[in-house]
Amino acid sequence: MITDRVLRYGDHVDTDAIIPARYLNITDMAVLAAHAMEDVDSLFHQRLHEEKIIVAGRNFGCGSSREHAPAVLKEAGVKLVIAHSFARIFYRNAINIGLPIIECSEASRDLVEGQTLDVSLEEGTIFCRDTEEQYPFAPYPPFMQRIIDAGGLIPALKKEAAR
Amino acid sequence: MGMTATQKILAHAAGVESLSAGQLLSCPVSLVLGNDITAPVAIDIFEEAGFKRVFDKDKIALIPDHFVPNKDIASAQMAKRMRAFARAHNITHYYEVGRGGIEHALLPEKGLVAPGEVIIGADSHTCTYGAVGAFSTGVGSTDMAAAMATGECWVKVPGAMRVVLTGKPRQDVTGKDIILHLIGLIGVDGARYMSIEFTGDGIAHLTMDSRFTMANMVIEAGAKNGLFPVDEVCREYLNSRVSRPWNSYEADEDADYEAEVVIDLGEVPLTVSLPHLPSNTKAAADCSHIAIHQAVIGSCTNGRIEDLRQAASILRGRKVADYVRCIVFPATVDIYRQAMEEGLIGVFIDAGATVSMPTCGPCLGGFCGILAKGETCIATTNRNFVGRMGHAESNIILASPAVAAASAVTGFVTVPGALSERGAAI
Repeated sequence: MITDRVLRYGDHVDTDAIIPARYLNITDMAVLAAHAMEDVDSLFHQRLHEEKIIVAGRNFGCGSSREHAPAVLKEAGVKLVIAHSFARIFYRNAINIGLPIIECSEASRDLVEGQTLDVSLEEGTIFCRDTEEQYPFAPYPPFMQRIIDAGGLIPALKKEAAR
Repeated sequence: MGMTATQKILAHAAGVESLSAGQLLSCPVSLVLGNDITAPVAIDIFEEAGFKRVFDKDKIALIPDHFVPNKDIASAQMAKRMRAFARAHNITHYYEVGRGGIEHALLPEKGLVAPGEVIIGADSHTCTYGAVGAFSTGVGSTDMAAAMATGECWVKVPGAMRVVLTGKPRQDVTGKDIILHLIGLIGVDGARYMSIEFTGDGIAHLTMDSRFTMANMVIEAGAKNGLFPVDEVCREYLNSRVSRPWNSYEADEDADYEAEVVIDLGEVPLTVSLPHLPSNTKAAADCSHIAIHQAVIGSCTNGRIEDLRQAASILRGRKVADYVRCIVFPATVDIYRQAMEEGLIGVFIDAGATVSMPTCGPCLGGFCGILAKGETCIATTNRNFVGRMGHAESNIILASPAVAAASAVTGFVTVPGALSERGAAI
């Protein structure tokens, strides 16, 4: 169960917004995370103190293939990203590195800044304590669930190899 | 249910009879690509995971292009890491600075991509190779590490959008205008997760350089990959570059397309994308009031010989406007040499433009043309998100080489037809 508050964004939050490319000469994600959302939200880290579930609109993570994008969000403390839809490379990168992501258009439509959510990835439900609304979401295909359960693609591959 | 051309490529590679959209599978790859930003992260993952050997030293391409020639110490360390890995694992396709160029212009040039092949790259513009009928798509560094070790990549089979091109482009209109026009029509997520399969008799009027430009930018509409048919024009391009056997695929008659867009190429205007989304398109002719401070002509999108010829034809005998910088980036060493032999470099220098070595440089805000607060750059690059080329309060307008060059002359967004003999706007 993931429980935390909503940090709200709109549509088309792109990878240059999430982590500007000028910092990509840094490979230490812990150092890089300090620059997350720098150009578009100077209050990001402040908001993140109390709100660790990003809820966004359409096409979250569009733009570059840089894995640094989900990695800095995870490193900065983001527990989960819920969006109406994700850009495809961001989506696969998030799964590969073990950042939980959920596509749920109703939740994206309704949820607002600061609301408290209880999210169960196993049961496929998002519960908003403030409105007492429950939002179901589709489970991952088994192939992806295995990657998520293992904590990412590399751990999953190693598990396969070990078998 | 018939398959799309993309689905056929994947089915063939995976060794299965048929595939349908939404299916997940692990697919063997023909080539794994990475650059000096994405490869070091992949190498860290590869080594930490305990992998000792790459699956095939001839099927990996490691290309220094983003922050090279080394932009600073940190970038130098990253380039060094990639170089060391290339040497240690005897990677055939490592092209040192001075002998290579920007990955998505270099790989086709070197014959590393062919029809029917499956190419993954840790760079979103890997989709470029769809221009030669290959399945190629961008992935992250973890995928790259896994593929370097196993030779395979997990893939969700995409559905597709068919884009029918008819008619003939107008004077000066090229692939850049057409693809910007399409992205403007469908939006930055208009083809999300889909293949964009181009078809129609208009394709015969598009040169390979135009097709590379178009395939390069399908990602900006959210697409997984783009695909052009392998016609005579493409075969001729391949003949002198690829000697290994290849297969091309066409969609079945009854293939299921999720969407279809028809574009009459004759109706496509010279097009720009205004800040801050590639889909914020407008006819360039309607933007003549917008002042620019810098023009960038180059990148994996538009740094090929035809792009340079187009820009040179505008700049020949004219001058870049006062206080405006125009920077030209031939995309590979071979293109640079060819441009030199054709006298294009001299044209750029005489016009007051500056000519750089091949590098991604300013496209992603790296170096070699970064913007200050309040500045606007018209660029033949592929993205114009906030902060991409410098200060968070700078602006990027995406355009074709012809429009970028004409704009450099006047200091405003300008179409070639609006230039007088001496360069003043009519």
